[in-house]
Amino acid sequence: MTQVTMTVNGKAVSGDVEGRTLLSEFLREGLRLTGTHVGCDTSQCGACVVHVNGTAIKSCTALAADLEGAEVVTIEGMANPDGSLSTIQQAFQDHHGLQCGFCTPGMVMSAAALLKENPKPTEHEIREYLEGNICRCTGYHNIVKAIMAASGQDVSAIAAE
Amino acid sequence: MPKDHGIGARSKRREDTRFLTGKGVYTDDMAMQGQVYAVMVRSTVAHGKIVSIDTSAAEAMPGVLAVFTGEDFAEVGGNPAGWLIHSRNGEPMREPKRPVLAHGKVRHVGDAYAAVIAETYAQAKDGAEALAAGTVIEELPAVIDMAAAVANADNRVHDEIPDNLCFDWGWIEDNREAVDQAMKSAEHVTTLELVNNRLVPNAMEPRASIGEYNPGTGDYKLTTTSQNPHMTRLLVCAFVLGIPENKLTVVAPDVGGGFGSKIYHYGEEALVLAAAKKLGRPVRWTAERSESFLSDAHGRDHVTKIEIGCTKEGEMLALRATTMANVGAYLSNFATVTPTYLHGTVMAGPYKTPHVYVNLKTVFTNTAPVDAYRGAGRPEATYSIERAIDKMARELGLDPVEVRRKNLLTPDMFPYTTPVGLVYDTGNYQATLEKSLDLADYAGFEARVAQSAANGKLRGIGLSTWVEACGLAPSHLVGQLGSRVGLYDAATVRVNATGTLSVMTGAHSHGQGHETVFAQIVADKLGISEDQVEIVHGDTSKIPFGMGSYGSRSLAVAGNAMNNAVDKIIAKGKKIAAHMLEAAEGDITFENGSFSVAGTDKAKSFGEIAFSAYVPHNYPLEELEPGLEETAFYDPNNFTYPAGAYLCEVEVDPDTGVVEIMNFTCADDFGNVMNPMVVEGQVHGGVVQGIGQAMIEQTTYDQSGQLLSGSYMEYAMPRADDVPMITVDHSCATPCTHNPLGVKGCGEAGAIGSPPAVVNAVIDALQRGGYTHVTHVDMPVTPSRVWAAMNG
Ligand code: FES
Ligand code: FES
Repeated sequence: MTQVTMTVNGKAVSGDVEGRTLLSEFLREGLRLTGTHVGCDTSQCGACVVHVNGTAIKSCTALAADLEGAEVVTIEGMANPDGSLSTIQQAFQDHHGLQCGFCTPGMVMSAAALLKENPKPTEHEIREYLEGNICRCTGYHNIVKAIMAASGQDVSAIAAE
Repeated sequence: MPKDHGIGARSKRREDTRFLTGKGVYTDDMAMQGQVYAVMVRSTVAHGKIVSIDTSAAEAMPGVLAVFTGEDFAEVGGNPAGWLIHSRNGEPMREPKRPVLAHGKVRHVGDAYAAVIAETYAQAKDGAEALAAGTVIEELPAVIDMAAAVANADNRVHDEIPDNLCFDWGWIEDNREAVDQAMKSAEHVTTLELVNNRLVPNAMEPRASIGEYNPGTGDYKLTTTSQNPHMTRLLVCAFVLGIPENKLTVVAPDVGGGFGSKIYHYGEEALVLAAAKKLGRPVRWTAERSESFLSDAHGRDHVTKIEIGCTKEGEMLALRATTMANVGAYLSNFATVTPTYLHGTVMAGPYKTPHVYVNLKTVFTNTAPVDAYRGAGRPEATYSIERAIDKMARELGLDPVEVRRKNLLTPDMFPYTTPVGLVYDTGNYQATLEKSLDLADYAGFEARVAQSAANGKLRGIGLSTWVEACGLAPSHLVGQLGSRVGLYDAATVRVNATGTLSVMTGAHSHGQGHETVFAQIVADKLGISEDQVEIVHGDTSKIPFGMGSYGSRSLAVAGNAMNNAVDKIIAKGKKIAAHMLEAAEGDITFENGSFSVAGTDKAKSFGEIAFSAYVPHNYPLEELEPGLEETAFYDPNNFTYPAGAYLCEVEVDPDTGVVEIMNFTCADDFGNVMNPMVVEGQVHGGVVQGIGQAMIEQTTYDQSGQLLSGSYMEYAMPRADDVPMITVDHSCATPCTHNPLGVKGCGEAGAIGSPPAVVNAVIDALQRGGYTHVTHVDMPVTPSRVWAAMNG
């Protein structure tokens, strides 16, 4: 067991972890931040995406012990300070970008990282960027639309509005 | 003006707030005081005799608290199939016992034969490894291929079933001769052999279960990833563990998708309950994704020969389908109804074909159980029919659109009794067909072909016109057909003293948005705000009863139960109002949330009536009980019949065989629509699952029974960059005639209608491009298959 200290959603946290403890496990079991989901065991689904030092990563691919001093943001840290939904979260609700909600935390975290890099992505760019996030429910249509809307683009012409 | 609340409004989903902020609570998110972890020990061979299990090494491992093997459950019951099917010769199906843990033999890779419970997950995993090392399993030859399975009497999945055949079913047996005759005398017969590829449902949340036991009261609690908690309770109590039903609560909290795979009861649920009792501590189990691939019920897996007898002008006279359906190693709960009554009964499609006969053999193999997956039987039927019609049109030199126009049932023919036992209540198949052609700019298609050709691509268009039977269904009918349960649903509407409502429903939401849509219905009917209505689901201790959510039945069955319970509330409210307003009950009208005396301005609001029911100071106590709570059980008198027309346009790269979907258009008839936003989302999701089946998804076992597609590295899931935007329309609505809300159900439509549209489009592209020898390519239409077909 080693002790690791990091900042999660702006709060300093620390805990004892084994060498093999994944960041996803540390967040879910150590810190009880269960918004980060685990949908696979091969780093393929993206349900576990969080931000580490400003970059989106799959938290099932990182060892907690390696992240001493890191700044981590999870879905629990994405709402506005007053608790209201952020622009991206609100766009997902407005455009029905989620159904069962299981992939949603990863989708929102990926979308936020995309918009930071590319504030006005095209449909094609969004689809390419989300390649690592699987959603079985929505068919992606409304996720793509929500992200376009969150970036301030007019989505009224997209089918089935 | 679109409505901004109530029935028909695009109300935003209230459940989204918790899901978007990480506050959803799925089974694996729960932490229980004193919890311990279960890990299943699964077979690594497809077929084997369990010679010995030495548990001592595992038991001696640090943290290990208990070990279970098949022996521990040898005396308890088995997990039954929900439907008893009879073979053509009148014999009942062969129904082997499905134990909690495999006993004597293992029958598929992933078949769990033991479980290890330990203080931590890591310790349980280490214990499971030690137990596997102490187990001797003598490998037997695996039964994988269906044709070989029935041909080889010596190689048996279940020793007592000599030819691995579960049943040989005919539907309708009385039609057989007439179909044979019509085929013989038809001017033309089209024949097509095809495979409906095996799929893994892959809800994004892996299955998980937590068992708890209270030694003081003897009460059990199961928290589990289920689409129908009441059925799970019934199966665990009455069939598997023999617990009194009043001593088990089943809770299905937030559930991350199901698509059929979470309808069923699985052995892990019984295991965690038995272990919790033994240890007196909560026992939890969560599948790793690799375990989900091995042990969730798979879907589809049919091999079919379909024949259509017709005139030279393309009028369909007879249809015959001969199918082998894989049920895997054990019968999962809906394994026997899915290929029969959810498949054979819809083989008439939306067409006038007078003679239809289906023969179906279901076969045991050493593979994971196969059961209902989104659409369940109806995608298989639709794929067979729609591919065969397209082939027929081509063979006759006719336009596939014209052939459909000629054969579709017309609106004046409803109610229509099909030759395979259903009565379609209503529909307008011409309207959805023409709508889809219009939305997809079918008129401009030839110009797009030319454009694609200029870019070196082959463009094709594929059509699928389909109808399905869902909203399961009349209990008296399903009982005659072999169902061992009723298929009604229930709702309780509890009006609280302050005028808020708690509505308990037997449907379970795992992505469908019930918390929002059901509140829209109740609020609309009572003329109150949606915010006043809370929808409670997924807890057997709170809900009267329910048959869960699958088969597009939530709204069509449970929604109508809720509708009827609200009507009872209104009826009682009128009695209370009559007393308070000193008028005759018959003079009270209820509108916009207000009870009033017709023709006067005397009125009481819904809130005032609710308050009076709970504070009955001025109340007709001699005639009426206080309180305002009503329950309704609703048993529909027919299935519902959503229908639609789907058009898919593709480009094929002739150099590589790569298929790209250029656009996809759906015109659906779902009857009345409660929330268009949610309905569109259901269609998007269903269509993309269908596109996944048609283009990339494939479950493969090798001949030794090893699953070759056991992770997201080998099993291709549709990702955002694989699919286009989907155009959807549901304006051609013919409301269901036999339920109060006039609704039909929309959950499965997309997955039913889309696969043949995709494959028809690919064949069209190849044919137009001069590859006229290609009349069929099996799903998934991967680049290598398409290329091989072109160059074969
Ligand atoms: S859980 Fe991390 S990618 Fe699937
Ligand atoms: S919303 Fe269910 S997996 Fe994406």
